[in-house]
Amino acid sequence: MKNFQWTEPQTIEQAIAWLAKANGKAVLMAGGTDLFTEMKEGVVEPDLVIDLKSIPGLASIQKDKDGVHIGALTTVASLAADAMIKLDYAGLSAAAGSLATPQLRNVGTVGGNLCQRPRCWYYRDAQMDCRKKGGSQCFAAKGRNKYHAIFGGGICHIVYPSDLAPMLVALDAQVTISSPRGERNLPLAEFYSLPAKNVRRENVLAPDELVREVKIPLAKKGTRSAYVKLKERETWDFALVSAAVRGTVSGGGLSDAAVVLGGVAPIPWRLGKTEASLKGKKLSQALVKEALRADLQEARPLEENGYKVELVEAAVTRALLSLTRPL
Amino acid sequence: MENTIKKKSRTVTRRAFLQGLGGGAAGAALATRMRGQNAGAGQAGIALPPALAQKTITFTVNGKSVSVDVEPRETLLEVLREKLKLTGAKKTCDRGECGGCTVLIDGQAVYSCLFPAVRADGRQIITVEGLAEGETLHPVQQAFIEKDGYQCGYCTPGFIMSTVALLGQTPSPSLAEIKAGLSGNLCRCGNYVKIDEAVAAASQKMRKA
Repeated sequence: MKNFQWTEPQTIEQAIAWLAKANGKAVLMAGGTDLFTEMKEGVVEPDLVIDLKSIPGLASIQKDKDGVHIGALTTVASLAADAMIKLDYAGLSAAAGSLATPQLRNVGTVGGNLCQRPRCWYYRDAQMDCRKKGGSQCFAAKGRNKYHAIFGGGICHIVYPSDLAPMLVALDAQVTISSPRGERNLPLAEFYSLPAKNVRRENVLAPDELVREVKIPLAKKGTRSAYVKLKERETWDFALVSAAVRGTVSGGGLSDAAVVLGGVAPIPWRLGKTEASLKGKKLSQALVKEALRADLQEARPLEENGYKVELVEAAVTRALLSLTRPL
Repeated sequence: MENTIKKKSRTVTRRAFLQGLGGGAAGAALATRMRGQNAGAGQAGIALPPALAQKTITFTVNGKSVSVDVEPRETLLEVLREKLKLTGAKKTCDRGECGGCTVLIDGQAVYSCLFPAVRADGRQIITVEGLAEGETLHPVQQAFIEKDGYQCGYCTPGFIMSTVALLGQTPSPSLAEIKAGLSGNLCRCGNYVKIDEAVAAASQKMRKA
């Protein structure tokens, strides 16, 4: 690994001041479980690593009248184990518990999970000069693309690998972003950006910004959430397709529905037409199949990943029907 | 505090000097550039913490306090194996996929191959070497022997550390909980059935004890 220097800020202000000053030559490290692998592979070669773990107060889960605040440095393990999260946002707890392994959940953080880089094997190979690394082509377009995008690809066919991201988008989460200019809040759905906007990045963070906190609106009475993750192995795998859903079932009808997919697009992929078709109707397998039709027509599978279209139907059906199951 | 760190980073040890020579021109140029940034302040006059090329860390490993100089790129695994000669944790995949390097940090199972050694400062580390008391094996080690919980044995230290962490949190795990608890460890001999039996046996031993 190329050598680098290390700095331990005590405040967010110090971290972002370093980030601004290093002018693209520094990276932030939260848990480091993703970043360190990129550095070992030579995909990322910073001159300076800014330690976020040295800043106190960023690892907590707190509920107040505005919602639930999850500090960016909260570990995935503590999110998965949190009793209030389990009760109010079962889908988020399930998503956290489904990702990686105990060893990675103990170290990996919520902020790091939301800012992780794609798993595309061409991106992860330092020898492959793909668009994401400044090159002129996407090798997945005509190469091996079993795990790649069926929606939203275009010039780069990565899928966004986070399990927390689709679930948090389905829960209408916001991120609080700090920079030398102050703080701004952004819906998580607008935090992610398609390759067509900036192929080098998966989100809209400026070079001197960091994610400080995730905020989820208070759970409405009767609203439930679920996360179904389909993968090749039973455990320790990224999603081939995942479905993050939220909704309220009362008197047989579904309201307040959100359906967001993971593993199928460069960003968490919201199925707006499906949501509209489900509104107020009684959930059934046949209804979900019908409701998905319009959104699935927009799928553009590559040579090896057409199977994902069928997995979408399976994942969304299972996730939505689980909302009707008695608690 | 800042003064001590600055002082340490400026001290030229024989090791750092030799490494500096080995690092060549690129390394020297980097060091100069970053050192130049140390003294300054950021925008709005915020005092910046120093950028360290090396840090002296002090932590507890298997009950003993140790102090070592590390570079930021060194992993805890490398420091344990190469500087402290604790070779129980294995460098196998070296990218957080196999679990051969699992150690406990403050009681939690962690891949030491993805853990920057600089972050071990002030922490309590337990490796497989720290489990036995003299000649008496830890109940988890004993159970792995009795139930043939290994074949070639290379992954075993990692599995044992994950088991110790699992039983610390869940003293009587179900088979599903055992599988989930050990899901971050791979055994290429495919000895999972026996490993699961060993974990169940260890759980029984520890509850009786």
